[in-house]
Amino acid sequence: MNIQIRKFYYGDIPEENTGGSTIPQQDSGAQNAWPLWEVFIRSKQGLDHKHAGSLHAADAQMAIENARDVYTRRQEGVSLWVVESTHIHASNPDDADSLYEPAADKIYRHPTFYDLPDEVKHM
Amino acid sequence: MELIDLEKKFQEKIDKEIKIEPLDWMPEAYRKTNVRQISQHAHSEIVGMLPEGNWISRAPSLKRKAILIAKVQDEAGHGLYLYSAAETLGTSREQMIDDLHSGKAKYSSIFNYPTLTWADMGAVGWLVDGAAILNQVMLCRTSYGPYARAMVRICKEESFHQRQGFESLIVLSKGTAEQKAMCQDAINRWWWPSLMMFGPKDSESTNSDQSMKWKIKRKTNDELRQNFVDMIAEQVKLLGMTLPDPDLKWNEATKHYDFGEINWEEFWNVVKGNGPCNRQRLEARNKAHKEGDWVRAAALAHAEKRKNKLAKQDLAVA
Ligand SMILES: [Fe+2]
Ligand SMILES: [Fe+2]
Repeated sequence: MNIQIRKFYYGDIPEENTGGSTIPQQDSGAQNAWPLWEVFIRSKQGLDHKHAGSLHAADAQMAIENARDVYTRRQEGVSLWVVESTHIHASNPDDADSLYEPAADKIYRHPTFYDLPDEVKHM
Repeated sequence: MELIDLEKKFQEKIDKEIKIEPLDWMPEAYRKTNVRQISQHAHSEIVGMLPEGNWISRAPSLKRKAILIAKVQDEAGHGLYLYSAAETLGTSREQMIDDLHSGKAKYSSIFNYPTLTWADMGAVGWLVDGAAILNQVMLCRTSYGPYARAMVRICKEESFHQRQGFESLIVLSKGTAEQKAMCQDAINRWWWPSLMMFGPKDSESTNSDQSMKWKIKRKTNDELRQNFVDMIAEQVKLLGMTLPDPDLKWNEATKHYDFGEINWEEFWNVVKGNGPCNRQRLEARNKAHKEGDWVRAAALAHAEKRKNKLAKQDLAVA
């Protein structure tokens, strides 16, 4: 007998292999959903804030409090920024070639382009 | 661009180990597979808090209580990192939570087993987190950028989970006769379910494996399971305990441990919702979510009120 079983992994159980729902669907409370925020962490004084992840919160203050609890439990940071995700505008990946390609052939923008005699020190 | 060209370009990126980012074009099936896998992974972290949360109030010392709280809190964080990663694929948090609570979405079956004694906290940390870590270390190199980044963060936090579990078993293994027996009993009960965490045998799959081709996964179930057995079979000796498998023995030819057959009937039963705690876990999640509803509403109302107050102040100043 040749049984076709789709292979799946830990954390990837296909829906067709699951049992019926044991609990009736309840109201999700989606109307009370909090907006999404992006979290940026300064890992130590003198460094830039770096994107760490995101979370949901009712407002900026709660976003900072939640970010502290989730992203800095092991002294990962000394300062936090939160920005509501809808305020982030991103470049389009389809434009990547036209935006970033032109920099590729401008090697004269790099110090290594210039051949100087060894006697020139500290340059 | 034609769909076929887009797919070709996509696969080329994968083959060149270029990560896929949220705004990049991707095949619908890739998106769907990732949403399913990442959200199931997130659900596993969240439901995984329940069997351990069960022991927080009964931990034998303040030290163990603090450690257990820290671990459970980490798991909540892992759930959040993963939900966030899944959200970048265009699914909403509410949808995922709904699917978990209705029983439509799945989570790792391991959390449908009960934690009966304190020794289970040690066995869960050592075996369950240990098995999860092998999977998660592999996933640090998964092809979807946000998933990989979440995994890196998670792996940094996981190693303490396994270590604290093993350490607490060491203490039990040096204790009284009852403590030793409790330690062995916990290992006996958690061993087989831990092996099941890696999923069905590779030989059960006759399909070409798309997840491997897309580099969502990089090792097969059997490979990961073998790594796990090799690791645990050695570590258990340090506890002076045994694993409940008469077929477990070192194979000089393969340089791996041979081990006995998993009870697949039990495996599928638990997956399908008939495990010892499936119902209890879902009820606990639903109850918690329902009871939190007024908090979510209140926080929104409070945020709205504060916003209006600030706006009024601005007007007054202007
Ligand atoms: Fe975790
Ligand atoms: Fe963990």
